[in-house]
Amino acid sequence: MGMRRGYGQPFSPSEITPEAVFFNRRAFLQTAGIAAAGALLAACGPQQAATREAAETVTTSTETDELGNPVNAFDEITGYNNYYEFSTDKEAVSRLARDFVASPWEVEVAGLVHKPQRYAIDELLRRFPQEERIYRLRCVEAWSMVIPWQGFELASLLKEAEPMTSARYVGFTTLLDPEVMPGQSSSFYPWPYTEGLRLDEAMHRLTLLGTGLYGKPMPAQNGAPLRLVVPWKYGFKSIKAIVRIDLLETQPATLWNSVASNEYGFYANVNPGVDHPRWSQASERRIGELGRRETLLFNGYTEEVSGLYAGMDLRENF
Amino acid sequence: MDHAVTRKHEKTAPRWWEGWSLLQASVHLGAWLPAFAIAWSLLSDDLTANPIQALEQRTGKAALVLLVLSLACTPAHFLTGYRPILKLRRPLGLYALLYAGLHFSIFVGVDYAFDLGLIWADVHNKAFILVGLTAGILLLALGATSFPWAMRRLGKNWKRLHRLIYPAGLLVVLHYAWSKKGDVFGLRGDILQPLLFAGLVTLLLLVRVPAIKRWILRMRQARVGNPTSTSSP
Repeated sequence: MGMRRGYGQPFSPSEITPEAVFFNRRAFLQTAGIAAAGALLAACGPQQAATREAAETVTTSTETDELGNPVNAFDEITGYNNYYEFSTDKEAVSRLARDFVASPWEVEVAGLVHKPQRYAIDELLRRFPQEERIYRLRCVEAWSMVIPWQGFELASLLKEAEPMTSARYVGFTTLLDPEVMPGQSSSFYPWPYTEGLRLDEAMHRLTLLGTGLYGKPMPAQNGAPLRLVVPWKYGFKSIKAIVRIDLLETQPATLWNSVASNEYGFYANVNPGVDHPRWSQASERRIGELGRRETLLFNGYTEEVSGLYAGMDLRENF
Repeated sequence: MDHAVTRKHEKTAPRWWEGWSLLQASVHLGAWLPAFAIAWSLLSDDLTANPIQALEQRTGKAALVLLVLSLACTPAHFLTGYRPILKLRRPLGLYALLYAGLHFSIFVGVDYAFDLGLIWADVHNKAFILVGLTAGILLLALGATSFPWAMRRLGKNWKRLHRLIYPAGLLVVLHYAWSKKGDVFGLRGDILQPLLFAGLVTLLLLVRVPAIKRWILRMRQARVGNPTSTSSP
C-alpha cells in the first residue's frame, strides 16, 4: 500500500465532446493564472502560485494545498464517495452514477431575493468564470482528501439575485428522482437531501459552487453538475447535485440533522475539540496516507473563517 | 493405508483428519475464506481508498457473521434434530474470536500504531468502542474456557459462563450499529444491515426461551401429528 498517483495523462480539449465543457476548460485556462493567484492569495502562500504556473496542464497530481499537503489522485477522489442517493457503498457510487445525466440541468435561486433566477447549467458555466481551488475535505467519518476543485464563489451567484435584508440563511436542495438515484427509495432518510448555511458563511470567499475537479467537468459521483464546497465544515455540508438555492429568514432543516440531531449539527464546523457523540474527531485518516493525522480546527482554515464565529460557543453550536 | 479398514471395535486412536464430516470440513474452510479474501485484497491493493478502515470493517463483519452462525447452531439442532450441528458451536465461536482478535489488533496496532495515549484519548468515553471491547473480552473468556479441561474445572458453572455468548452477541450488534451514521433506535440513517443482524440475533435468542420452545413444539405436533424428538441444548 502506498500513495496512489494514478492521474498522469495530459488532457486535450478535443477529447471532451460537450461544448459547455470545452468552454469551461477555456475559461479555466484563461482565468487560471489570474484568478488562482488572486483568489487563493488569502488562503495560500506565495509558493502556491508558482507551483500552479509550473503545472500548467490539468494534471495536478504534483500540486499541493496551501499547507503543502499533496492533492489526492483522481482515482481516489472519484472512486470513494459518500453519496447515499446512489449507494452507501463508497466504491459502488461511481458505477451506479455512470449514466447520470447532468445536462440539461436547471438551478433555481429563490426565496427572499429581489431577483429570483433560473439558470441552465451551461449558462452558469459560461457566465461565472471557473477557477481552481485546492481544498481539504474532511468527512465526519474521520477521513479526508485534498481536492483540486473547479468552480466559482457562491457569493457571485447570490449577489445577482439580490438577497433581501430579511434573508439570514441560505438553503440548498438536491435533485429528487428515485428512478435515477436508487438510494432515494430508502425510507430511512427524509429525501431530498437538503443543507444550509448562514448568509455570511454562504457569502464567504471560500464557499464554492463546484462545477469540476482536476480540470474535468464534475463527475457524477462527485455531485455533477453543481455542488457546494464548504471546506471548513464536515463533508456532509457540501451538498451535491443542487437544483435549488433559497434565501431564508430562519435556519433550514438539513438531512443529517433530521436523521440524528444530536450528532450532525447545523454548523458542523470541523473541530477536534468537539467530538461526535459516538466517536472522536481529534484525528483523521488522509486518504493515501497510512498513519492518522491530527484534525485541525476549521479544517485548517481558521484564519479565514474564525471571525464568522467570534463569541459563539462552538460546542453548543456544533 | 490402514485407516480405510479401521473397525469401530478396534481401539486404534483416530488420526486428526479422520472422523471429519463434510459439514465440519465445510465450516472450517468457510471460516477461513474471509481471511483469504482479505489477504488477497491486501496483496492486490484492492482494499478501497481507505484500506485500514476496510480491514477493520471486513474483519469485524467476519467476526459478527461467525458469531451469529455459532448462535444459530442450537436452534438449528432444535428444529432439525441433527446432532452434528451442535459440534460446530465451538469452532464457529473460536473463529469469531479469531477475527475479533484481528479486528482489535488492526485497530490498536495499525490504525493507532500502538499509541496508547491517543487510543485512551479517543476511546475512554466512547460507548461505541467500549461496547465492542466488552464483547471482545467476553469472547476471549469463552474462547479460553472452551476446551474439555475447562469444562472439568468449572463443572456446573461452565454452562452458566458460556451463556455469556448471548449478551456478547447483542453487544457486538450494538457495536456494529454504532459504527454507522444513523440512529438505529430511531430507524433513521444507514442502519439497514445493523437492523437485520439485530433481528437475527434476537430471533436466535428468543428461540431458546423455554416458553417459546414449547410453543414451537406444539405447533409442530399439531401439524405433523407425531411427537418430534427433543434434546436439551
